[in-house]
Amino acid sequence: MTEIFGVPTQALFGQLLIGLINGSFYALLSLGLAVIFGLLNIINFTHGAQYMMGAFVAYLLGSKLGLGYWWSLLLVPPIVGATGMLIERLMLSKLYKLDHLYGLLLTFGLALIIQGLFRNEFGTSGLPFSMPAELSGGRNLGFMFLPNYRGWVIVASLVICLGTWFVIEKTKLGSYLRAATENPALVQAFGINVPRMITLTYGFGVALAALAGVMAAPIYQVSPQMGADLIIVVFAVVVIGGMGSILGSILTGFGLGIVEGLTKVFYPEASNTVIFVIMAIVLAAKPAGLFGTQK
Amino acid sequence: MAEAFKSLLEVKDLNAWYGESHILHGVDFEVNDGEVVTLLGRNGAGKTTTLKSVMGMVERREGSIRFKGSETTKLTSNRIAGFGLAICPEERGIFSSLNVEENLLLPPEVAPGGLSLERIYELFPNLKERLKSQGTKLSGGEQQMLAIGRILRTGAKMLLLDEPTEGLAPVIVQQIGRTLTKLKAEGFTILLVEQNFRFAATVADRHYVMENGRVVDMIPNTQLEASMGKLHEYLGV
Ligand SMILES: Nc1ncnc2c1ncn2[C@@H]1O[C@H](COP(=O)(O)OP(=O)(O)OP(=O)(O)O)[C@@H](O)[C@H]1O
Ligand SMILES: [Mg+2]
Repeated sequence: MTEIFGVPTQALFGQLLIGLINGSFYALLSLGLAVIFGLLNIINFTHGAQYMMGAFVAYLLGSKLGLGYWWSLLLVPPIVGATGMLIERLMLSKLYKLDHLYGLLLTFGLALIIQGLFRNEFGTSGLPFSMPAELSGGRNLGFMFLPNYRGWVIVASLVICLGTWFVIEKTKLGSYLRAATENPALVQAFGINVPRMITLTYGFGVALAALAGVMAAPIYQVSPQMGADLIIVVFAVVVIGGMGSILGSILTGFGLGIVEGLTKVFYPEASNTVIFVIMAIVLAAKPAGLFGTQK
Repeated sequence: MAEAFKSLLEVKDLNAWYGESHILHGVDFEVNDGEVVTLLGRNGAGKTTTLKSVMGMVERREGSIRFKGSETTKLTSNRIAGFGLAICPEERGIFSSLNVEENLLLPPEVAPGGLSLERIYELFPNLKERLKSQGTKLSGGEQQMLAIGRILRTGAKMLLLDEPTEGLAPVIVQQIGRTLTKLKAEGFTILLVEQNFRFAATVADRHYVMENGRVVDMIPNTQLEASMGKLHEYLGV
């Protein structure tokens, strides 16, 4: 009973756990991208840099002000989200009438600038970030050992993702957002300040990225490059799930994390490419993505 | 804001553009409190553009639009909505990602005194049975009722209706006609774009005729019969 398909269960569950952890970050990041794309029609290439900023601001709050992990979790999303709103007001808002491509180029350029600035200031080597004492250690689940912090990341991101989904799909506030995604001019003519809603939505998407950054800090090291590496995979996740689909981005994020983990067990050579292979297949079969609808 | 004003809505020398195309070339008309007024005209005359300009939905517009005496030409559409104007657009604008109830409740209240939900269901009983359906799954007629119903809740007292009878079966057209008459009786002011002047004649007090981005004539409903020849010429029917 300690092997499944010739693989030791310990290794299998270990990789599944890693897959779920990665999937948690894929889901949080692709959710933010989906929310932003839905309303702003902009593919936010700065997302990875904003995730990195989340980790760094948490690091700085800790090293300069002595604020711990929980404070960071609370403070970092609004701080980084506010920088996002500034970017939206000063730059992105000038591009809405132009082709997608301009938003993509601008946010890509911003990502390079932000990463460059952090590299200049902090170098390329990773900075350590200790996990909160409350979540150190782990527990034996019988079939595997689960480090508490990792369990927390999975549960927290699930709760945040489903909470976001609930707000968007089931509440009045969400109905404004869905309606403005379809026909912003009419929603504004009904008396709603759509430009302000767009700013707040971008801020929220960025705040989600920053929150993911804080949660990632104790697991991966804090480094200027951390977002750039991750975001490429996240874009593949978004393409597979379907640009702009909320539930799609969540399910695809977790699902692909697990698929990646399982690939590491059964065919390790493909573990770095499996997501891109899936992307190619999905694009060929269903260009709008698994959960997307053609715009 | 409450200084004396002659008409509820007063449009003078309105010009409007989509990008580089100059569409409205000095539109003049007015709507008095409690009136139902139509804009008639051929396809492309600029009726929809006029309605959207009044609502602030056309970006580049010049001239003067006064509502209750306040100049609104420079305001954004969400500010204009706050004055108590609401639009029912030509393409109806039902949101497919919202169900019927969400569509109905979407426009926020801008003033006290809107119709209650019960009253709206009384006017449009079909809606009540379909509350949980996807908005765009309704029939064309039901979508039109939803598009009108949702702006009655908000307290807006001036309604801008763009071809509410377009493409609908005669019984539905009649139902909408009766509804407009009831709304007028309740004190709503209505600016109605219509191609179907037979329908317009049953509900309106006055008619403005548009041609090539201008208002070229005004016909009181009482003189409509006498003006038929002229009207046929204007509308090319
Ligand atoms: N979004 C737009 N961009 C550019 N031109 C437009 C746009 N919308 C309308 N037009 C042009 O403006 C002119 C007036 O259009 P408008 O929709 O106001 O006419 P209308 O009187 O409502 O016609 P209809 O009876 O067909 O609805 C037309 O020539 C039309 O082609
Ligand atoms: Mg029209």
